[in-house]
Amino acid sequence: MSRAVPARSNPVRQLVTPEGIALPVTLASRGSRFGALMIDLTIITVTVIVVMVVLFYSLSGLYPTLMSTLGEEKQEIPGVAQFIIILVVLTLFLFRYGYFLFFELGARGATPGKRMTGIRIAARDGGRLSTEMVLARNLLRDIEILLPLTALISFQSDESPIKWPMTAWLLIFALFPFFNRDRLRAGDLIAGTWVLEAPRTKLEAAMSTGRAAVTGQSHTTGVSYKFSDDELAIYGEYELQTLERVLRENRHEAMVAVHEAICRKLGWNPGAGDEQAFLEAYYTQLRARLEAGMRMGKRKADKFAS
Amino acid sequence: MALFPALRGKSAADEAAIEAVALRSDRFRQEREADWKRLELIVTRMENGRLRKVSDADLLELPVLYRTVASSLSVARETSLDAATLAYLESLVKRAWFLVYGPRTTLWGWLRRFFGGEWSRAVRAITPEILIALVLMVAGTIVGWQLCAQDPDWYYSFVPPDLAGERVPGASAATLRDGLFGNTGQTGLSIFAASLFTHNSSVAILCYALGFAFGVPTLMLLIQNTTMLGGILWLYHGVGLDYEIAGWLAIHGTTELFAILLAGASGLHIGRSMVFPGTKTVLEAAATAGQRTAVVMAGVVFMLLVAGLLEGFGRQLVDTTEARLAIGGGMLVLWLAYFFLLRRSPPGSEAE
Repeated sequence: MSRAVPARSNPVRQLVTPEGIALPVTLASRGSRFGALMIDLTIITVTVIVVMVVLFYSLSGLYPTLMSTLGEEKQEIPGVAQFIIILVVLTLFLFRYGYFLFFELGARGATPGKRMTGIRIAARDGGRLSTEMVLARNLLRDIEILLPLTALISFQSDESPIKWPMTAWLLIFALFPFFNRDRLRAGDLIAGTWVLEAPRTKLEAAMSTGRAAVTGQSHTTGVSYKFSDDELAIYGEYELQTLERVLRENRHEAMVAVHEAICRKLGWNPGAGDEQAFLEAYYTQLRARLEAGMRMGKRKADKFAS
Repeated sequence: MALFPALRGKSAADEAAIEAVALRSDRFRQEREADWKRLELIVTRMENGRLRKVSDADLLELPVLYRTVASSLSVARETSLDAATLAYLESLVKRAWFLVYGPRTTLWGWLRRFFGGEWSRAVRAITPEILIALVLMVAGTIVGWQLCAQDPDWYYSFVPPDLAGERVPGASAATLRDGLFGNTGQTGLSIFAASLFTHNSSVAILCYALGFAFGVPTLMLLIQNTTMLGGILWLYHGVGLDYEIAGWLAIHGTTELFAILLAGASGLHIGRSMVFPGTKTVLEAAATAGQRTAVVMAGVVFMLLVAGLLEGFGRQLVDTTEARLAIGGGMLVLWLAYFFLLRRSPPGSEAE
């Protein structure tokens, strides 16, 4: 069956839910995670700047002389101004630590940046994503982003001998997702979480419920297609899925080619113009045969399997 | 979405015929599709953040529908070869799983559990590390004191000059005493308290996070901070102000140093779990330690808020050493009693 899954760049892992159902999950790419981080940091920075500017202007509007004398000893700071300055201090703190917490604790388990890049966090063990996990993974952001960043900036002018070892050591934290197979960052590791692609697949119409599929009868020609057991026994699940894809894509050239291939295999003379009805009928009857086998515990992976 | 275009406008006889011939797996799908669609609708609404549009009945039924669809998936995997249906079910179960097993707690509920026993339980769970961190902090203080006593120049490397101000070796007792008392008239106390809180919290969080590097940087940070304490104690001891500095530090210090102690111990706990994971894998051990200490750290931030208020307001407004010592000692007793005497199991754990 694995051959039917198209090659993907992001690795797939099996996650077992508490009900015991194995679900394939796709790890989020490092690129989309970095993109999400950049979006979030931009949102934080812009919001903080806007809040600061508004508060600064309201302060200097209220107290024209305050700003110039703020640093002086025994300066009398009015109550409202104190309140605003406290707001500034606490806003900075809240945005630094609260932003990620707030959004990742919501029902969507993702910050706005993650939502935009289509990723979200989940518990590695398949169980509930708990408050403690979200707390833990976000407490480590400081050493992953802030510390390496400030170090890089301050080391620019610094010529101390520990400059390079220190940078390398800090970069280990920042580049941690590159050093393990599940792309965990340090925070994910100690929280027991990972970042996954958010799934979204629409339910497509069943290919086996159309009229031609069910009755084997063609709209265009009125011919009834009925295949014998031997004629159906030549193919397996892999071919069935290929056929399903061809039918869904509904590209004429592909259908003609597949139609011709099957007819040749059956020893029929491939006609033209009624490929869709033929393929739908063959698909349905092949599926019926293979599913009947499944119920009896017999599976046929592909045409090479006996 | 028109699911069965061929069925539209057909006679009942036709439908019956179709019913008779259709694959078993397709009938299985037809019978359950309404449930799948209903779950998909609820999930889509919740994913888009339109929680208000989801009725209470739907919300209550989410876990039920999730289990129904999950069992559909299990059955379909064994009986159906319809790749599209399987892919759809897989993704629907996954999406619902994210919601059903997502973070589901209100702030109020979490706070109740947190203060109702989870915090103190987490603190008790890291008792060995707390003792190690305590030894380190005491050792750091003694080393700071001893080194300064041998050579006062050490003072300048322990206490940053912008923090020291007038508090330098050689300052007179009067100058040093002035720094400890007589600030009751000072304004802007709340600003002072807020900045103390935010600064101390980020240092504590850093101390914790560095535990990830096997705890070594945490040790260094703990020692570095307490050598400064040792230096300051030595300075005031030199001019005979032992009692006064004790009160000045204790009023908020018992809370603040306790919080730093817990942050350091949490960092050490993570480091220790990763070096000695025991019977678990390193990843499991790290995750368990991380989740446990995250609770401790949430408490540390709360303690630092209290310490910030005590330092910002309390120390300036309470101007006698006796009262300061009483408050500091009282806080210490309070914390110790809360952590180690109050052994309640938290009401309703988050894990199911």
